[in-house]
Amino acid sequence: MNFQLTEERQMLKESLRRFFAQNQDLGLDEFWKALAELGVIGAMFSEKQGGYGGEGFDLSVVFEELGRAGLKAPLMQSGVLAGGLLTQLGNDDQQALVEQIIAGRLQLAFAHGEPRSRYLLRHVSTTAKNCDGGFRLDGHKSVVINAERAKKLIVSARTSGTFNDAGGISLFVVDKDLQGLQVHGYQTLDGVDAAEVRLENCVLPKSAMLGQEGQAFDAIEYQVARATAALCAESLGAMESAKELTVDYIKTRQQFGVAIGKFQALQHRMADVLIEIEQARSATINVCGHLEAERGSRELHVSAAKNLIGRVGRLVAEECIQLHGGIGMTQEYRLGAVAKRMIMIDHEWGDSDHHLQRFIELSRG
Amino acid sequence: MDLSYSHEERQFREEVRAFLSQNLSPALADKVRLGARLGKSDHEAWHAKLNARGWLASSWPLEYGGTGWTAVQRQIFEDELALAHAPRIVPFGLTMLGPVLQKFGNEEQKRRFLPRILSGEDWWCQGYSEPGAGSDLATLRTSAVRQGRHYLVNGQKTWTTLGQFANWIFCLVRTDKDVKPQAGISFLLIDMTSPGVSVRPIVLIDGAAEVNEVFFDNVEVPVENLVGEENDGWTYAKYLLTHERTNIAGLGFSKAGLANVKRIASAEAFDEGLLIDNPHFAARLAQVEIDLMAMATTNSRVIAKAAAGQAPGAESSMLKVKGTLIRQEITDLNRRAVGPYAMPFLPEAVEGGCNEEPVIPDYAVMQSAQYFNNRKLSIFGGSNEIQRTIICKAILEL
Ligand SMILES: Cc1cc2nc3c(=O)[nH]c(=O)nc-3n(C[C@H](O)[C@H](O)[C@H](O)COP(=O)(O)OP(=O)(O)OC[C@H]3O[C@@H](n4cnc5c(N)ncnc54)[C@H](O)[C@@H]3O)c2cc1C
Repeated sequence: MNFQLTEERQMLKESLRRFFAQNQDLGLDEFWKALAELGVIGAMFSEKQGGYGGEGFDLSVVFEELGRAGLKAPLMQSGVLAGGLLTQLGNDDQQALVEQIIAGRLQLAFAHGEPRSRYLLRHVSTTAKNCDGGFRLDGHKSVVINAERAKKLIVSARTSGTFNDAGGISLFVVDKDLQGLQVHGYQTLDGVDAAEVRLENCVLPKSAMLGQEGQAFDAIEYQVARATAALCAESLGAMESAKELTVDYIKTRQQFGVAIGKFQALQHRMADVLIEIEQARSATINVCGHLEAERGSRELHVSAAKNLIGRVGRLVAEECIQLHGGIGMTQEYRLGAVAKRMIMIDHEWGDSDHHLQRFIELSRG
Repeated sequence: MDLSYSHEERQFREEVRAFLSQNLSPALADKVRLGARLGKSDHEAWHAKLNARGWLASSWPLEYGGTGWTAVQRQIFEDELALAHAPRIVPFGLTMLGPVLQKFGNEEQKRRFLPRILSGEDWWCQGYSEPGAGSDLATLRTSAVRQGRHYLVNGQKTWTTLGQFANWIFCLVRTDKDVKPQAGISFLLIDMTSPGVSVRPIVLIDGAAEVNEVFFDNVEVPVENLVGEENDGWTYAKYLLTHERTNIAGLGFSKAGLANVKRIASAEAFDEGLLIDNPHFAARLAQVEIDLMAMATTNSRVIAKAAAGQAPGAESSMLKVKGTLIRQEITDLNRRAVGPYAMPFLPEAVEGGCNEEPVIPDYAVMQSAQYFNNRKLSIFGGSNEIQRTIICKAILEL
């Protein structure tokens, strides 16, 4: 086994760390442009797809650094999820969008989750019915990240079956200004743009369909697996940041005449934090290394990693806040942002409970 | 042993319930249940209703306008209020300063300040912590120098909860620098409208403007506002911290929180059924409920011992640690229960003044914010680490 990053990935990591540290205050649009120029968006795609990466460890290098810096970019939505679906399922016209994504000229969002689906990927109630040689979409998509900035959405809808069937789910590339499509935007607790998206009588031509009718589930599951691996890496970066902030703080904060980091009660807590973060790193490596494995093994690692990351993220967020005392509770201090990110990641594509249950089901074979 | 309430206690509980159904408006209870932030007028209106019934100062003796209730009655009262989602009683005047004045204040101070706590004329805040003095409170540096008929106060307090609403602050100040830190501290009452007092908000992790910095720049405080003896403030401060211990475990809040989780889990879809029927979630819920059932009895045992004439000493540290862990676990359950809707944060719903239907279920709006806000429970009131140290020293004699 070899756990070294390749030379290219090591270089990418180092240059990203420098760049992110120096550019904490860029606006979202500027930051997106900068990511394109640095080739970061291209790192989400393979050479065949017009990029120069696309493997699990390419995603993890980038997302770990984003998480460490606490920066937000719609890279997951445009680069991994929507971009991934386009490359996997798209016809020539649809594939052509990928080039625009890589160049930083097009942002997308993936509108999949629904108010009653929680984290179940197969749970789709939005319908796509045949009409006049095309389709009519009706439904409600919830917590769609980047929906407001995106020019196009990739929307999942059911062309057959009942709400809980894996079969019968189709994907559509939808322009945001489509008649009947409503976007109600808001921010998440950690300051990410998201929205409720409602589709009412949205009429689409047949050419808007992405992939085969009713066959989208496998691709969705695969791309969500990639996104989950990337999220694990992002959380890992946030954990490292939280740990560093806390260690620095308890070395300098004086109470009772000594640095509080001298109290063994706190030292042992930080030792546990370190042990658990190393576990989180291993789980992230496991999932990244199995993204191209056969489905059963891949998904087992997805759920194992996301469960562990959810648990450790909570531990690290809570311990680091606690060890800071009052200052850890403030919005201004940097810890708050990374702690919130770790907890919010638990709610993207399945929390630790969801993935525990899924792991049990998957490991029964 | 008898674990059940007596006939009189059950009757008392009915009386409290009747009061709540007549006086707590559903709109206010909804705000509390949903975790929306309460404004000054919400608190004041609720205090006024309790005061009109004579129930505002549940822990004060009758002679000062209190209730004279037993510890069990107080627990029933607190449970019922919490379960009905009444606003919490703001503790600074009622459960912190009141008992200190009653024990250590002079007649003039009692006559002047106690009625105004009840009437709501004064809103008190607590000025203990400073940037350099948190857990190690005794090293506080805000100084009060006696100059004839007044003290000249200079320095800074921080983390002052709801200081933005307050017109008075009770402070620990340094009156002697040349002795061991605990021996040079005095307990001073400061009118926040005095020249030289300024208040600056600190925004918390969930966006709440709940705490403040309070600055004192050559503030003149009349010597009549000294409580007890100069340089004896540490004794009064410790009395304040150990006096009101019945609610340190926050049992009522936990019971109400658990009921709320169940309500949410019964509304949330899970696969083809409901979240409440999912065995994994049910197991988590049951685990907390089991802890809480035992905690209720632990709490009663500690109170009973104290009622029998022994002061609740280090045992109350146990209640603080376990009680806050349970409350925090419940906030974690709540954020889990709402699934992906734990992510949106809707400022318009935070104040509870949202007229249109929120775009996500109303019960979901504040759950993550509450989860983060309640991290404070293990930090303030003597952090859980400090409580464990007390247990080690005072009970285990380590
Ligand atoms: C939301 C909120 C509201 C508050 N409201 C008020 C208020 O109204 N009035 C007021 O006066 N104060 C208030 N406080 C302040 C509160 O009492 C302090 O935050 C608390 O005493 C801890 O102090 P600190 O924040 O300086 O942390 P520190 O004392 O610096 O502690 C940092 C960490 O070190 C740990 N630690 C410290 N000493 C030891 C030790 N000897 N052994 C092991 N671990 C140790 C602590 O447990 C903590 O984990 C509030 C705080 C918060 C967060």
